[in-house]
Amino acid sequence: MKKKDEHPEKAGSGKVRLFGKEYHTKEMLVGLLFIVPTVAFLIFTFVIPVIDVIELSFTNFSMSAGTMKNVGMDNYKDLLEGFFTAEYWEDGFGQSLRNTVVYSLLKLTLDTGLALFLAVQLDKNVPLKRFLRSTFFAPVVVPMVASSLIWIWFYDPNVGPLNQILQFLGLPASKWLYHESTSMLSILIFSLWKGVGYNIILFLAGLQNISDSYVEAARLDGASDWQLFWKIKFPLLRPITSFVIMMGIINSFKVFAEFNVMTPDGGPLGSTKLIVSYIYELAFTRGRMGRASAAALILFVIIFVLTQIQSFINAKKTIDVE
Amino acid sequence: MKTKIRNTTHLDSHYLAFAFLMICAVIMLFPFIWMILSSFKTAADVYSYPPRWLPSKWNGSNYSKVFNMIPFLRYYWNSIYTTVIMTALQIGISVLAAYSLVHLRWPGQAFMATVMRSSMFVPMVVTMIPMYLLVSSLNLVDTYAGIILPQISTAFTTFLIMSYFASIPQDMIDAAKLDGCGPFRVMTRVVIPNTKGAISTAALFSFLGNWKSYTWPLIITNDEMYRTLPIGLKYLQQESSSEYQVMMAAAVMTILPVLIIFVFFEKQLVRSITLTGMKS
Repeated sequence: MKKKDEHPEKAGSGKVRLFGKEYHTKEMLVGLLFIVPTVAFLIFTFVIPVIDVIELSFTNFSMSAGTMKNVGMDNYKDLLEGFFTAEYWEDGFGQSLRNTVVYSLLKLTLDTGLALFLAVQLDKNVPLKRFLRSTFFAPVVVPMVASSLIWIWFYDPNVGPLNQILQFLGLPASKWLYHESTSMLSILIFSLWKGVGYNIILFLAGLQNISDSYVEAARLDGASDWQLFWKIKFPLLRPITSFVIMMGIINSFKVFAEFNVMTPDGGPLGSTKLIVSYIYELAFTRGRMGRASAAALILFVIIFVLTQIQSFINAKKTIDVE
Repeated sequence: MKTKIRNTTHLDSHYLAFAFLMICAVIMLFPFIWMILSSFKTAADVYSYPPRWLPSKWNGSNYSKVFNMIPFLRYYWNSIYTTVIMTALQIGISVLAAYSLVHLRWPGQAFMATVMRSSMFVPMVVTMIPMYLLVSSLNLVDTYAGIILPQISTAFTTFLIMSYFASIPQDMIDAAKLDGCGPFRVMTRVVIPNTKGAISTAALFSFLGNWKSYTWPLIITNDEMYRTLPIGLKYLQQESSSEYQVMMAAAVMTILPVLIIFVFFEKQLVRSITLTGMKS
């Protein structure tokens, strides 16, 4: 917040003391008035729903059965029961948790790695730089559902161009979205195509911010491209890498749209059912809002803990560098 | 401007990079090209083997079929209407809040900023169940208000706009005050005119975010007439049973306007993305 201790005096502007600090009456009133809409929306879209969802998570509230009874920790117990057994991860919430973790890890590593690699190539003195950047960025801005329609066709086992290409090359066809071993991978490829451009933009901006004097000094010392990247550029990109990873965690744990469009029923054998799909189905198809609220809060805790760990690691690394 | 050291070994690596990037670019563009070509194909073209890249006979009947199968224009209108109102509300509320937090002093500002920051940590999936119950108890299911109001989240845009407002020199504001401007006129005559470009960047960002909104409109609409474009297309896909050529026509009509707008706003968009990345 800005300090404005020395205000130019104005005739007739009254002052008031509150909590040991002095405020201009008019300025304070206008300030409070301007914040009212924000407060109103925060109350209705944040404060009340957060309190409600915590309350609901301790009930067996069900839209379909019409029940509303306090059941204590039962929802949490049921959702996490058998956490350390193999069967837990095969079905229900456990399966959706496993799918989400697998997807997030793959998406995070591949997306970050690919984006960084492509950004480094784009940062070189290549022709058509602007065109190339726009090309990578275009899928980011186009509507998700519309572009997934194209990919659903690509993945069609019978008339999809991907299988036709495989067939042409004499390779075995794949069932893509329609088999439990490839369904997750198929959506992952789509989401890489759709999303990689966003991080390319961020990394490219970071690379272009690196002062040429560092690069030239390293070159004069005889550094190779490889050394130049890992010893100079990569450490300097740390704040951006960290931002990309943090946003990646948050976004991949709450991903829903592409999975819901490409595999509306959670995929073959539930292989593409994620935590959000689980919550959505439980709450809005089966009406079991109490249990779904508990699942939503577990998801929140996971995202929160992961981002805290990430920012802790980042803070430590930054100190190490200095 | 960058000056690069050029010598032969580096040029080689640049050619290699360029070749690689071009291959990737073709992969990125292929789905769009496929979509446009296929939207003119007949059902027979779609099912032919070996695959046809070009339609056997160019015809626009897939496009008219989209309008027969679904109320496509209504979906379009629903999306435009809700997105425009959401963006206008978000930016209006954020500008007022940002001005209030940066340039005015009142008790509890730090607390307010903390509450706003914590609201950014809570994703919609956590709040959507109680929000649905609230909206349905108010009889707002299948209404525009029910789609729009719960999705108004202003914390992100407020912080973004705050960073622009903070860059206005204090001297400029003090000068306006000496001229007798009150807090309201300082905002309308000094702060907003000097950050117009920045505010419109924030608006563009918020517009794109709202345009792709999926989960909430899916939950809150049962009536076909209130579906937004993403939801309508999802149901078209589920119900059209592999009429891919028709789906491509719908996709073209959804994607092409966005790509055209993208060409004009790319610079602004890239700037706003890098800004949010650098801020962290």
